[in-house]
Amino acid sequence: MTTAEVSPAPPARRRRLGRLERPALAGVLMREIVNFSSYWRGTTFSATVEPTIYLLAFGFGFGSLVSQVGGFRYVEFVGTGTVATAVLFSSVFPGMFSTFVKYEFQRTYDAILAAPVDTEELVTGEALWIAMRAGVYGNTPMLVAIVFGLDPSWGMLVVPLVCFVTGYGWACFGISIAAFMKSIENFSYVTSAVITPLFLVAGTFFPISRLPEWAQIAANVNPLYHCVQLVRDAVFGLWSWDDVGHEGGILMFGLLMWRVAIVGMQRKLIN
Amino acid sequence: MEQAIELRGVVKRYGPITAVDGLDLSVPEGTCVGLLGPNGAGKSTTMRLLTAQAIADEGELAVLGYRLPGESKVARAECGVVPQNDNLDTSLTVEQNLLVFAYLYRVPRRERQAAIERTLEIANLQERRTAKVDELSGGMRRRLLVARALVHRPRLVLLDEPTVGLDPQVRQQLWALIDALRTEGVSILMSTHYIEEAERLADTVVIMSHGRAVATGPPRELIREHTGGEAVEVYGPPTKLAEVEEDARRSGIQTRRTGTSITLLNVNGDHPGEGERRPANLEDVFVLLTGEEIA
Repeated sequence: MTTAEVSPAPPARRRRLGRLERPALAGVLMREIVNFSSYWRGTTFSATVEPTIYLLAFGFGFGSLVSQVGGFRYVEFVGTGTVATAVLFSSVFPGMFSTFVKYEFQRTYDAILAAPVDTEELVTGEALWIAMRAGVYGNTPMLVAIVFGLDPSWGMLVVPLVCFVTGYGWACFGISIAAFMKSIENFSYVTSAVITPLFLVAGTFFPISRLPEWAQIAANVNPLYHCVQLVRDAVFGLWSWDDVGHEGGILMFGLLMWRVAIVGMQRKLIN
Repeated sequence: MEQAIELRGVVKRYGPITAVDGLDLSVPEGTCVGLLGPNGAGKSTTMRLLTAQAIADEGELAVLGYRLPGESKVARAECGVVPQNDNLDTSLTVEQNLLVFAYLYRVPRRERQAAIERTLEIANLQERRTAKVDELSGGMRRRLLVARALVHRPRLVLLDEPTVGLDPQVRQQLWALIDALRTEGVSILMSTHYIEEAERLADTVVIMSHGRAVATGPPRELIREHTGGEAVEVYGPPTKLAEVEEDARRSGIQTRRTGTSITLLNVNGDHPGEGERRPANLEDVFVLLTGEEIA
């Protein structure tokens, strides 16, 4: 008989689970993936048709007036620019509306937080899921533009990654709005006062170099502008040191909004 | 005996309102404790405190030996929670709802399918596994809500008003389900304002009022202790009831109104007047301790 048997060590019990655990994130993501199987048709339809309409309307409408913009054929200019629009629409709105509906009406988050999942993991999982979708849907304008004459290039393979990172930031932005707004009606303030201007002044439909200087400077804090620049530089192979700045812009935005979203949801869900 | 839940002096305030006001509560492992109290007594807040969805302002909380809120996540992994409000994913099927929870509660991959089958059987929903939640009856939904909390074989189950708003048949199905869990040795804390539910299922009843435990004990003991075991019920027109009440008050007998009658408590067979004798019940205790006025 050894001493170890006489006084066995107390069973090692893990007292504390870590932060941002993979199983917790997987749980949140799985819930979304399983749910997606019941509504993907509608989402895919709008995510594809909307940018196509923009592309056709602007591409043919403006395209007949202007043939070259900033050194590109107009269809190339808009086809790459509206990638950012598609990313924005497929990330900020799910971030705002689905989040609000899930905690306010469906009480889904109450159920998830009763499981071994923290608010940080919940927010991260939800944002990752939206970002993945944005990473896919963001490419549709570019693919449609190929049909209308945009030349395929190897650089296009980087575009999903740019869409993913930008989408992550906008998803977190949307979640933050949902966390800090008291009612869903207030969302229209954000849509009109923040999202619409950012979406228009991002170099999507016209180059910002034509704007007054203050607006050009302001564009630098618009993450969509950085997304548009990165997409164009990737598609046309125009890499320069500026892109490091653009990449930094969307990363900073994502990181900042991620933390804001967590703080906001923590306040909302744990009380 | 090990305690599945141990609360000491827990206080939770929401602005000027003190929802939980110095609550002591123990759930010994393997027993079913019923948290009984009128609306607004602090039952739901207590439930939220136990999953760290509310953070206590004062007091000590331990669930399955883990301190809250710091170790709550580990505790939650071993708990099942049945919320008061149905929060199933309504566009998913019965099976998909269980699958999602098998992931959220980290059931290992090779055990997932078996866990789903087992819970389908518990809920008696094998035939409806591919039905969307939208298509289920109220009773089926509630059974699924309970079953969903059991996919990971929790050691402790928290039920917040599990049968509120259900018809008697469905309520009985759920009681059978909860009773089966207790037989398996699962610890249960169940909040309810249905007295019959607490009386039938709970080993120990904790009566809550204004955020505090005002009485704790097995149902029978509570009845004996607070009502003397026997009650006399006097029927009559309102004027007569008022007289009876006044008489009782003068001779120091406790009374409660039962709508159409007055119940005299703690009479112990020496009540000379009229009225029907009946065994006292938990409802008598409940009203006695939580007051007749509805806030």
